[in-house]
Amino acid sequence: MSALQNFSSHDSHKKPHLSPQCVVLGILLLGVGLLAIPGDATAQVDGQVVYDQWCAGCHGEDGAGEGPAANTMLPRPRDFTLALYQVRTTGSGQLPTDEDILKVINDGMPGTAMPGWEDVLTEAEILALVDYLKTFSRFFQGDPPTPLDFGRATSGGEDAIARGEEVYQTVECWRCHGQQGRGDGESAPTLNDDTGFPIFTADLTENWRFNGGGEVEEIYRVLRTGLDGTPMPTFSDIVDAGVITDEDLWSLAHYVRSLSPEEEPSVEEVVTARLLTDTPLPQTIEDVVWEETERFYVPLSGQIVVQPRWFNPRVDAVWVQAVHDGQELALLVSWGDPSESPDTLWTEFGSQVVATMGSEDQGAATSSGTADQLVVQFPQELSEGQERPYFLQGDTRRPAYTWTWQSDVGGAFESIARGIGTAARQPDAEQHVRATAQHADGQWKVLFVRPLDTGGAEDLALTAGQAVPMAFQAWDGDNGESGNQGAISTWYFLVLGQPTPVAVYVAPPVALALTLLFGLLVVRQAQVGSGMWQEPDAAARAKRSAQKRKLAGMGVGVIWLGMAFGAYQNSRAGWETGYADLGFWWAIIGGLLAIAGLGALIGTWIHTRTSK
Amino acid sequence: MIERFGELRNTALLVSVFVIAGCGGGGGGGGADAGAADAAPAESPVDAATAGNVAGMVTFTGTAPMMAEINMGSEASCASKHSTPPTEEGFVGGADGGLANVFVYVKEGLESLSFPTPTSAVVLNQDGCMYSPHVLGAQAGQDITLRNSDGILHNINASPTENRPFNVSQPVNMDTNRAFPVAEVMIPVRCDVHGWMTAYVGIVDHPYFAVSGSDGSVSLDGLPPGDYVIEAWHEQLGTMTSNVTVTTGGTAEISFEFTEAMAGSPVPMGEPIDLLHPDGHQVVDH
Repeated sequence: MSALQNFSSHDSHKKPHLSPQCVVLGILLLGVGLLAIPGDATAQVDGQVVYDQWCAGCHGEDGAGEGPAANTMLPRPRDFTLALYQVRTTGSGQLPTDEDILKVINDGMPGTAMPGWEDVLTEAEILALVDYLKTFSRFFQGDPPTPLDFGRATSGGEDAIARGEEVYQTVECWRCHGQQGRGDGESAPTLNDDTGFPIFTADLTENWRFNGGGEVEEIYRVLRTGLDGTPMPTFSDIVDAGVITDEDLWSLAHYVRSLSPEEEPSVEEVVTARLLTDTPLPQTIEDVVWEETERFYVPLSGQIVVQPRWFNPRVDAVWVQAVHDGQELALLVSWGDPSESPDTLWTEFGSQVVATMGSEDQGAATSSGTADQLVVQFPQELSEGQERPYFLQGDTRRPAYTWTWQSDVGGAFESIARGIGTAARQPDAEQHVRATAQHADGQWKVLFVRPLDTGGAEDLALTAGQAVPMAFQAWDGDNGESGNQGAISTWYFLVLGQPTPVAVYVAPPVALALTLLFGLLVVRQAQVGSGMWQEPDAAARAKRSAQKRKLAGMGVGVIWLGMAFGAYQNSRAGWETGYADLGFWWAIIGGLLAIAGLGALIGTWIHTRTSK
Repeated sequence: MIERFGELRNTALLVSVFVIAGCGGGGGGGGADAGAADAAPAESPVDAATAGNVAGMVTFTGTAPMMAEINMGSEASCASKHSTPPTEEGFVGGADGGLANVFVYVKEGLESLSFPTPTSAVVLNQDGCMYSPHVLGAQAGQDITLRNSDGILHNINASPTENRPFNVSQPVNMDTNRAFPVAEVMIPVRCDVHGWMTAYVGIVDHPYFAVSGSDGSVSLDGLPPGDYVIEAWHEQLGTMTSNVTVTTGGTAEISFEFTEAMAGSPVPMGEPIDLLHPDGHQVVDH
């Protein structure tokens, strides 16, 4: 007989007889019990009201994770009736502590649809929610769980990371996460969560998307506790069994952390294409030029504007690098994708994704296994005032000019689109873009090369120094993506670096010399005013009027401020055209000039005032 | 903070509940039947001299479903442990219509008895990237030794509903012990690293359970005389029950005849919600 049946059948055959007095006493005590906790803010807030308003939309009123919005989410919303919580401080399969639940509500879960609620709900509301969530499962009626002791993080560093890499091999993390950690291990396509839904293996190069948090302590915690309800197991037992040491597990955490950038990448609006002056334009993905070229992070999200929509994009971002040599542009786009679609190992996974997402949109995909695809999008022509085409491949008024790469075809072709799904391939004679692609360790790299000016009437001509709108779309065929159902970015700007103008090299020394000259003048002026400078003719000194000194000082100040403004313009131009070093030095010069100018103005004002 | 408040409140509420509950006896007249229900079951009350047995066959009639061959190509060390290519184990039949991997146990009739938890462990072995046995029984609270005999990464992911789950990694040859404290038939176990590896564990709170062998034979020995409901559980064909009477020193016959038509029957289990099979029962297609 199940424990559940025990619970429910308990009262039915016992039938205790209750005396009214006793019941009254009990109820009185119950009241005292509830009132006896003055600091308990949850007493004033009904957790169910908060839950129904804010949580039920995804998690369902009955807590089973099947709210109206659940079908648009993968991973699916938590089913609270199972009392399976991924992020805990307790052992594998154990209940979470109240603090564990509180933390997830406050902070949300990175990489999922679960947002943080700290700024939305009051503390009292969140505490009431914690209590209410626990009512969905009878498991919480037992003893409260005991958190594990995690000790202190070991110091990181290269040795720890190197040891961690060995541990990664020993405990075979690569079986799911892949050799480079991109979630492309051989077992990845077979993974389901405990409720039977397909589940992605975490891409360990994107720690800002780790469900349990991306810092070393959080990674270590997940290694100790596992992520309940998912295939991610606990590694506590192998430490207990002496297979590896606790320090090894910390080293593994340091190694996993080292697979991601030190900071979550920031989104820059401008992608600069560096001008290559003494090296040839790279024609291959392996060219060392790419190692020295800045990577720009471009986040993507599911296309949910027009039907059929797609809520589960596999490609969450692309990295963009660009260089040009004055004749051609080379654009290298990289992104994580565990498979080279169509890959039969992923067929079953893709169809599970399609079945799970259950889109009722007209034209929604019913199967997976098409090719991977990337589209780079530009306006067909630049407009005055930076007006850009509609971001979903333009419209009839402002068409988009696109480069399309497909994994099954290879190469790329140019099209003109007047709205999503309308891309018309340009005639062969008008095809100028070349593309090569490489898939390795769960990552696509596609290199596009095109002449800056193709001479084609319908092709966008690229000019150094000019900001060109650019956007990206990506599809993972093995994830059931095709047509309108893929990932898309907003508009960014591509700016081609210019040859450094001569003025850039001449102007700073001139400006410095002038600054020095004017500085001397001001010092002399001040000394004259204060009598430090011995003028041979005392009478002439007397004649010098305060008015004249004031004019001179103010004049110097204004000129310096004007020069500071000029330096600022130079600095801005430097940054925007990819000459960050020049921009930096101009910013320094501008700052100094501005200080000097302001100093001259203020100094003159003070001196001429006190001299009255 | 919240935990402390929670404790305070729980204590207060518990006291009040006890007061209400304690009122029962004081009311008079209700003491007798409440006392009878509360009587603790006797410890190990089986008299070997009077005990009898249950024995019989589990059979299958109809066309046996084809079991797919498992592709272990990616796991050479496991593949080399098998002389013939291994197949999935959702249905394993034997000679003369015998049906293997059926969990047979006393479902009703032992409620008044209590049995000590065995001190010895049962073993769930991972050998050649297969679970051995595929269907395993254990007593509530009894140690289950999860054994990795392959020396490559397995994870043992158990998904009960009445017990708490676990998901343990074993990257080398090693043993790890776990136990399920509450009776539950059945608990699915899987290896996420090797998607074909599944096993089922039946937990009961007495020692009268068995798993049919490939000839379909099964027996439950040493039962005290009395009336029992015996249940047979199969992962694809569902359950059947049989009422038997065990007499002193006698052997009660059981016969469970599963048929082809039962394929797709509800399989009682802590089973996952499966959108691909929306009726809620995970029936493996082949």
